[in-house]
Amino acid sequence: MKNNVLIKTENLVKNYPMGGRKFTALNDINLSFNSGEFTGLVGPSGSGKTTLLNIVGALDNPSEGHAVVIGKDTSQLNHRESAQLRNEHLGFIFQTFNLLSVYNVFENVEFPLLLLGMSAEDRKKDVLQALEWVGLSDKVKSRPAQLSGGECQRVAVARAMVKKPKIVLADEPTANLDAANSYNILDMMVSLNKELNSTFLFATHDEKVIKYLRRVITLTDGKVVQDIEKTPEPNNA
Amino acid sequence: MTWFLLKGLLRDRHRSLFPILIIAGGVMITILSYCWMMGVIDDFATTNAKLDTGHVKIMTRAYADISSQVPNDFALISVTGFLNTLKKDYPRLDWAPRIKFGGLLDFPDEYGETRAQGPVVGLGMDLLSGDSQEKQRLGLEKAVINGRLPQSRGEIIISEKFATDLGVDIGETATLISATANGGMAIQNFIVAGTIKFGIAALDRNAMIADIADIQYALDMENSAGEILGYLPNMMYNEKTASRMASQFNARFSGSADDQAPVMMTLREQNNIGELLDIVNMEIFIIIGGLIFVMSIVLWNAGLMSGLRRYGEVGVRLAVGESKGHVYRTMIYESFLIGIIGSVLGTVIGVSVSYYFQTHGMDMPGVIKGSNMLMSNKMRAIVTPASYYIGLIPGLIATLLGTMIAGIGIFKRQTSQLFKELET
Repeated sequence: MKNNVLIKTENLVKNYPMGGRKFTALNDINLSFNSGEFTGLVGPSGSGKTTLLNIVGALDNPSEGHAVVIGKDTSQLNHRESAQLRNEHLGFIFQTFNLLSVYNVFENVEFPLLLLGMSAEDRKKDVLQALEWVGLSDKVKSRPAQLSGGECQRVAVARAMVKKPKIVLADEPTANLDAANSYNILDMMVSLNKELNSTFLFATHDEKVIKYLRRVITLTDGKVVQDIEKTPEPNNA
Repeated sequence: MTWFLLKGLLRDRHRSLFPILIIAGGVMITILSYCWMMGVIDDFATTNAKLDTGHVKIMTRAYADISSQVPNDFALISVTGFLNTLKKDYPRLDWAPRIKFGGLLDFPDEYGETRAQGPVVGLGMDLLSGDSQEKQRLGLEKAVINGRLPQSRGEIIISEKFATDLGVDIGETATLISATANGGMAIQNFIVAGTIKFGIAALDRNAMIADIADIQYALDMENSAGEILGYLPNMMYNEKTASRMASQFNARFSGSADDQAPVMMTLREQNNIGELLDIVNMEIFIIIGGLIFVMSIVLWNAGLMSGLRRYGEVGVRLAVGESKGHVYRTMIYESFLIGIIGSVLGTVIGVSVSYYFQTHGMDMPGVIKGSNMLMSNKMRAIVTPASYYIGLIPGLIATLLGTMIAGIGIFKRQTSQLFKELET
């Protein structure tokens, strides 16, 4: 398996205006992430985890420096190019699942494939496969309101993974889940990471998630204070 | 993709059903108000045309100068020949000679003494000729409450209220006491053939209608008429046609200084109807314009709220890889679809309800009780071609505008900000 660099940040700075001053959310971030990584950005609230995730996900632009994602400098991309990057290569998983409530499970997972312009036949095959990965083949017709929190997050994972993205960005994916569901989701992510060689980048301060990470980057006040590789300790319970 | 978005739209009542109902309601109110006001104007003009002004009216100049005084001494003479000329020169119009008069109607007892009497507003019109359109034009057959219309000379009909107030029975003798065209005293006996109710407060108090030949005889106006009314085909008034006709007609007599020369006036030129219609039209413009503006604000706000409510959904769609432009366009398409459906629904309901009121009207006698204006007690709406599209202004344009403005937030906000709103 070839581990090439997918994400590289150089002297990345992000400032937000606050009153008459500016608040520095990220300060001189220099990081790189290879394909197949299972990495977490950890740190207290306000440390800049989500901001970094947003910049890497082409949802926000840096104030200074560069973030190069799959060979593209996100600060140079227009709306359409950013959308294309997200559409083709990135998958997002949110703390609050964010499923589209009026669509059923199948349709929620199908949505990214519609944007890719795939045929109905191919979409159906891929959606069913993604739902099989997350163990929800029997919930195809269910609406989000009919699912438990854990099931909703599994649908969100299926939606993020259905297009087999190179990078999956997960912002506090277990924050709204109980321990059992959290481990279930994390086991599933590890499995998909191995099967698809997608890079998983988490923003988290959940110890359960941290146990699963192979690389932990600690942020404090917008700066990287620690970047270590470790042996994952998946839950054996 | 289109079907996917359409499914979402149909399933989410907040995005489809409720906005459609709001738009339909707004459009319906706009159309109903418009049709109602147009109906009131049309009724006013039509009632005046039928009873008093015609679409055009010919009088002598002297009569026209003081027409409110009904100066029958200045009436048109040699009317039979004049009518033949008019029918030849303007074959499309229906010409109706009339004599307006006032007087006392006296009802004697068995000894010939006055039992009851009251003032009447009289109208002599052609009721007995086979080719006269007057009975149909004024709807006299339908207006009869008791008895029947005059079928022979010497018979009259009077207002039902007048008859009731004076205790007059059908078949009773009534003596008209008035003035002849020459200033002498006119006394003529008639038989009350029936009573009528026009549904027009100004007339229902004390009207008397007789055949014009009887009135010519009673008022010493042989072969004369105070005025000759002309009606365009199908009772459809057209100001341009009427004005052109009047100009041409009057030009023929412009060289004459004779006060007895005929003059033709259009409906708008009589009784200040033109000025009144202009004022009412301006009021309608203001009221309907204000209503459209208010409805536009409401619907714009609905579009705005709908757009703002969906920032979360927008965040997800952007995250999944949809472009801002595509999201914005789909919101506009949705809004257009909702606006069209709501507008069509509102127009169908609005026009249907208006048509109901056009056909059946609404009795509002209290509103014009005591009024001297020639207006029906039953007010009606009228459906015009504009009724079918006037609702589109608030229904479609305002909805689209609201959505477009709300959607601008998609571009102005950082994508990550939409995400934050998604998380809250």
